[in-house]
Amino acid sequence: MKVEGKLLLVIAVFCAGIAAIYWFTGYEDGGTVMLIGTSLLGLLPASYYLWWAKRMKPRPEDDPNGSLEQGSGVIGAFPHSSIWPFVFGLGAAMVGLALVFGVWTAIFGIVLAITAVLGIISESRRGGSI
Amino acid sequence: MTLIAGRPAIAEAGAHAEAEHGPSGLLKWITSTDHKVIGKSYLITSFLFFCAAGLMAVIIRTQLASPDATVVSQHAYNELFTMHGSLMLYLFAGPFAFGGLANYIVPLQVGAPDMAFPRLNALSYWLYLSGGLIMIGGFLTVGGAADFGWVAYAPLSNAVNSPGAGPDMWIVALALTGFSAIFTGVNLVTTIFYLRAPGLTMFRLPIFTWNMLVTALLILIAFPVLTAALVMLWADRHLGTHIFEVSGGGVPVLWQNLFWFFGHPEVYILALPYFGVVTEIIPVFSRKPIFGYRGMIFATISIGALSTSVWAHHMFTTGVVLLPFFSLMSYLIAVPTGIKFFNWIGTMWRGSVRYDTPMLFSTGFLIVFLLGGVTGIFLASPPIDFATHDTYFVVAHFHEVLFGSAVFAGFAGIYYWYPKITGRMLNEKLGKTSFWLMFIGFWVTFMPQYLLGLHGMPRRIAEYSASTGWTTLNRISTGGAYMLFLSVAVMLVNFWVAWRKPVPAVGNPWDGHTLEWATTSPPPSHNFYALPPVRSERPVWDLNHPNHPTISHEDHKSSPEKEPAGAVGKVADGEQR
Repeated sequence: MKVEGKLLLVIAVFCAGIAAIYWFTGYEDGGTVMLIGTSLLGLLPASYYLWWAKRMKPRPEDDPNGSLEQGSGVIGAFPHSSIWPFVFGLGAAMVGLALVFGVWTAIFGIVLAITAVLGIISESRRGGSI
Repeated sequence: MTLIAGRPAIAEAGAHAEAEHGPSGLLKWITSTDHKVIGKSYLITSFLFFCAAGLMAVIIRTQLASPDATVVSQHAYNELFTMHGSLMLYLFAGPFAFGGLANYIVPLQVGAPDMAFPRLNALSYWLYLSGGLIMIGGFLTVGGAADFGWVAYAPLSNAVNSPGAGPDMWIVALALTGFSAIFTGVNLVTTIFYLRAPGLTMFRLPIFTWNMLVTALLILIAFPVLTAALVMLWADRHLGTHIFEVSGGGVPVLWQNLFWFFGHPEVYILALPYFGVVTEIIPVFSRKPIFGYRGMIFATISIGALSTSVWAHHMFTTGVVLLPFFSLMSYLIAVPTGIKFFNWIGTMWRGSVRYDTPMLFSTGFLIVFLLGGVTGIFLASPPIDFATHDTYFVVAHFHEVLFGSAVFAGFAGIYYWYPKITGRMLNEKLGKTSFWLMFIGFWVTFMPQYLLGLHGMPRRIAEYSASTGWTTLNRISTGGAYMLFLSVAVMLVNFWVAWRKPVPAVGNPWDGHTLEWATTSPPPSHNFYALPPVRSERPVWDLNHPNHPTISHEDHKSSPEKEPAGAVGKVADGEQR
């Protein structure tokens, strides 16, 4: 967890530094705003990872001598097939086209997308732990 | 429906043998959430977009082969180069790498049964496909497809200068593919952070996976900015806002700032994965561990970090950017890239190099990308950039960089992983023919364009008069483009041959080093029957060559006397060479 956290911290520190330099030397606001945003984008997950890295013992994948037995057991649920991503994608594409050819037709895409979200939720409930 | 996967213990071979259930045929491709099926969908789709964009390039070059040509109208020419750029950058180079190769290879390289969020992964693909079809669909509208260049500069892209449904479809399509990229980025980061095999610490990850991690982080930095910019452009076109319009108090150059804050990280989103591909191939075909493993990771991270602070070197000629700052930062990128080149050469140095097709393409990449990079250093200097920015010099430069990475290294990746993905070998002879056609065709196409740029030929012109003296160089360039076309055709023949007369591939045909070679070709559902123990950055090598284990870089100083790691027996059919 530590390496991951530090990697994200690199983004935060680097972009904060660049943002400071850019703010004092540049004469353009947009770039500063985006750099600060990027810095925060690194800071938020980095603090999460580092917070946890202090409070949990190293995972088998963080242990250079980790053995396969340590990592055995259930590692997650991976659905084998599902129609709902396709339905949601279709809905999103229809909403996109509706923006071009007439906004009111977006209703069909939205209905498809909502159906897909409900489908995914019920699928997860039926299928067990995700 | 939902399958709960455990990590395969060593003796548990065949635990997932029953897993190939579920729908088959077309329904399988539509409903599958298996990263391998989605990865293959991505690879095929993006390759088709590559072929379409390549055909557009051939038409463009045919138009430019002679002065005052009328192969296509000026308007159609604008549509063609816009869509050529958009397809190549948004729908081929990026998705081929982080949607196709990464989707397929990263879970295998980290020893995971699938991507972290399989259904989100499937959604990414469908958003990408629908975005791509909508973008191409612009050709079917009355006004034609978008024709403002792949960068859509304001005010050219506003509702007055580019009316019609085609540009709108381009904007919507880009937003959809942008979301697809963001979801893939989230998926990749989570997979690499949480689903690694035991013992596979961050500093034992294959460099390809490291590069994909940095790429995914860059995606998360860059694409939201693009989406925001697209929303603003949309609002300007349809809702009457004046964000990029001088008339309402807006700032047109803001579009360029937003776009290139996305656009420059995007360039590295397109390049870093292919650096990773090459870094996988060179050690395997030199039969050596990678030289300077940590240096490679450092270089990748620095390239990624620096790429967030060089965006305005695309905007030197606007006159409203901080020239010294962006010039210096752009020069700095040469340092980590130089480290990478040094390490690639260091890996080949005194190795027993085998020039199979993947290695040939990788070597081609080194040469091509180096020249593209060097002209990039020219362009980072504002005085030179002022003179050459709107000429074919820049066209030649970015084609050299992007063609070098996405096509040379991308094809190297295809030849390298094709046996793993399909269980079949590609024909070496056809592969080498394709390489030499491409390598020679590449120089013939783009070297004249540098000269044309220095002679002052502007970008994006549909015709020129014979009195300019540009005809000969343009003819040569067009001839080269036909050679490139031929080279891709040879590659397609190679696929066809592999399909009709399959030569079966073993699990580890290249004597590869990383975990994807520890499983069968193609891998079973949920990927692994057995995982080898991971004690260095090349576990499969350690397993197959117990007498020459990799000395882990962590142990270089402490104990070179390590016990051989391969106590469990051969994985797949590794040692057939």
